[in-house]
Amino acid sequence: MDMYLTLLQLLDSTVRLATPLLLACLAGLYSERAGIFDIGLEGKMLAAAFFSAAIAAITGNVWVGLMAGIGASLVLSAIHGIASITFRGNQLISGVAINFLAAGLTVLIAQAWFKQGGRTPSLIGNGRFEPITLPFAEALQGVPILGPLYYELISGHSILVYVAFAAVPFTWWLLFRTRFGLRLRAVGENPAAVDTAGVSVVGLRFAAVGICGILCGIAGAYLSTALQAGFVKDMSAGRGFIALAALIFAKWRPWHALYATLLFGLFGALETRPDIIEQLIGMKVQGQLLAALPYVMTVIILAGFVGKAIPPRAGGEPYVKER
Amino acid sequence: MTLMTKFLGAVAATALSAGAALAEPALIFDLGGKFDKSFNEAAYNGAQKWADETGGTYREIELQSEAQREQALRRFADAGLNPIITMGFAMADPLTAVAPDYPDTKFVAIDVTWLDAPNIRQIGFAEHEGSFLVGMLAGMKSESGTVGFIGGMDIPLIRHFGCGFAQGAKAANPDVKIVANMTGTTPAAWNDPVKGSELTTAQISQGADVVFAAAGGTGVGVLQTAADQDILAIGVDSNQNHLHPGKVLTSMLKRVDVAVYDALKAGTEVETGVFTLGLAEDGVGYALDENNASLISDEMKTAVDAARAQIIAGDLTVASYYENDSCPALDF
Repeated sequence: MDMYLTLLQLLDSTVRLATPLLLACLAGLYSERAGIFDIGLEGKMLAAAFFSAAIAAITGNVWVGLMAGIGASLVLSAIHGIASITFRGNQLISGVAINFLAAGLTVLIAQAWFKQGGRTPSLIGNGRFEPITLPFAEALQGVPILGPLYYELISGHSILVYVAFAAVPFTWWLLFRTRFGLRLRAVGENPAAVDTAGVSVVGLRFAAVGICGILCGIAGAYLSTALQAGFVKDMSAGRGFIALAALIFAKWRPWHALYATLLFGLFGALETRPDIIEQLIGMKVQGQLLAALPYVMTVIILAGFVGKAIPPRAGGEPYVKER
Repeated sequence: MTLMTKFLGAVAATALSAGAALAEPALIFDLGGKFDKSFNEAAYNGAQKWADETGGTYREIELQSEAQREQALRRFADAGLNPIITMGFAMADPLTAVAPDYPDTKFVAIDVTWLDAPNIRQIGFAEHEGSFLVGMLAGMKSESGTVGFIGGMDIPLIRHFGCGFAQGAKAANPDVKIVANMTGTTPAAWNDPVKGSELTTAQISQGADVVFAAAGGTGVGVLQTAADQDILAIGVDSNQNHLHPGKVLTSMLKRVDVAVYDALKAGTEVETGVFTLGLAEDGVGYALDENNASLISDEMKTAVDAARAQIIAGDLTVASYYENDSCPALDF
């Protein structure tokens, strides 16, 4: 039973760590499925983390903060869209620029607004997303096996976690069961065909980049207003890049994105509990090894050892109408 | 021609001496940033205190990347700034490269103690002694008999902190269990409060009820989670007791502010060499103010102050991680 509780705590931590990755991974999925590579996920998350914490601190209302975070992320998305869709610039360079822009601007604005050296004041009360206890969670706690599972693992997360998990089936449905989704995928594979059919390539790509902005915004807000109570400079700490790795690992598919990010989240959670690994396999494993695993696995996938990861065919190519 | 040379030489000499007289000091903050509520902020406070008292001004830069270290140092030295204060162990290599080129400039290196250069004032702190004291407090305060240590980037300096802490906790309670984690192995580990929170939660589930964070910005997450989950945390470098009053047991003070203040006050006449500031010099210590007064009983205070006196007198030795490359009380 004790071991079971430890396992639940580990999985609980997995869910918390996987959520920002999942949101960012789905964000990248929309964008890349439409043919726009986006390595600016990190920057968008960071900007959203700052603006949601800053506005939540000023207004005392976390929902207003969330909107501000999404707004900030959308602005960066629009920059990426204008640079890489309208002006047909290099998508990777635009993404890198967004990362730099976000890293610098957040600290600069934070210092100008709050004078606390690039951080926001600590959020209190309604300024934060509190964990929500699902119905009957406390009452059912005594039920063997399932009770603690429901109470520890499924209940007690902030609302954004449930939003993130709900986004997975929704994304699957949107991309694979609707006309919009079909067109969005087509624009990433063969934009000329979509154009011939009389559908706007530019419009679809902007829509995809916009959805990407919204999801990155939620991911950033989750970091600073749900997991933490405020913004600290560079607090996204490379999660946008791990999400990109997860996207490749998932081969650009929504359900697989969920599995990949949960797996990466589990590595993160295990890294915080070296004692569990030591108990399980009887020897000490360096935390650094676990931290490197997501990247190692991505390289293995890319090298073609476990199936083939084929990106959308028109990815990275600006669309030029033939005349 | 000779007259011309002499004349030019004289002009140059005048310019140089004028430059020396007007020399402004400079301060190079490490990657954590000027307001990390910790190590760098302590330096800023010291410099600000000097500026307020003397009306002097100083130049400063917050490094943004590893590549800027040598560049910033050389720029400042070129500009004739003197003395130049650098923060953090990572400035050792740039100092080795730059300092010999500017023999007339005095450098002050905080957290560097192993260089061989005549114009560097190297200041180290006996962090293990300060950590020992807060470790004792943690050991005495813990009801579960388990205390935690969360380091930032896994470097010898942070192990040095952890080692002193573990020895202190064991001195107060020989049966204490110590859970130690490092946040990461890259500089990003100094600014990852999310991971700090996750590590704290993990340590709490292993029974820890007092957690010491020596992790820069990551520590913000540690302190936050400790306060949220109603256990105690211990801050580091600056006094962090006020961040969550009543939830921060104490802070391990590293008086970087004093070291910077003293260096600025001495100005270009600053004495070079290697200096280690320990308990005896008040270079390290633990914080006691109105925010944590209710957490520290008279009994605890007496025990810690007695240990402090013993360490200063040399009756009690805290093993240093640097000297052994391993820790007698903690296996990292």
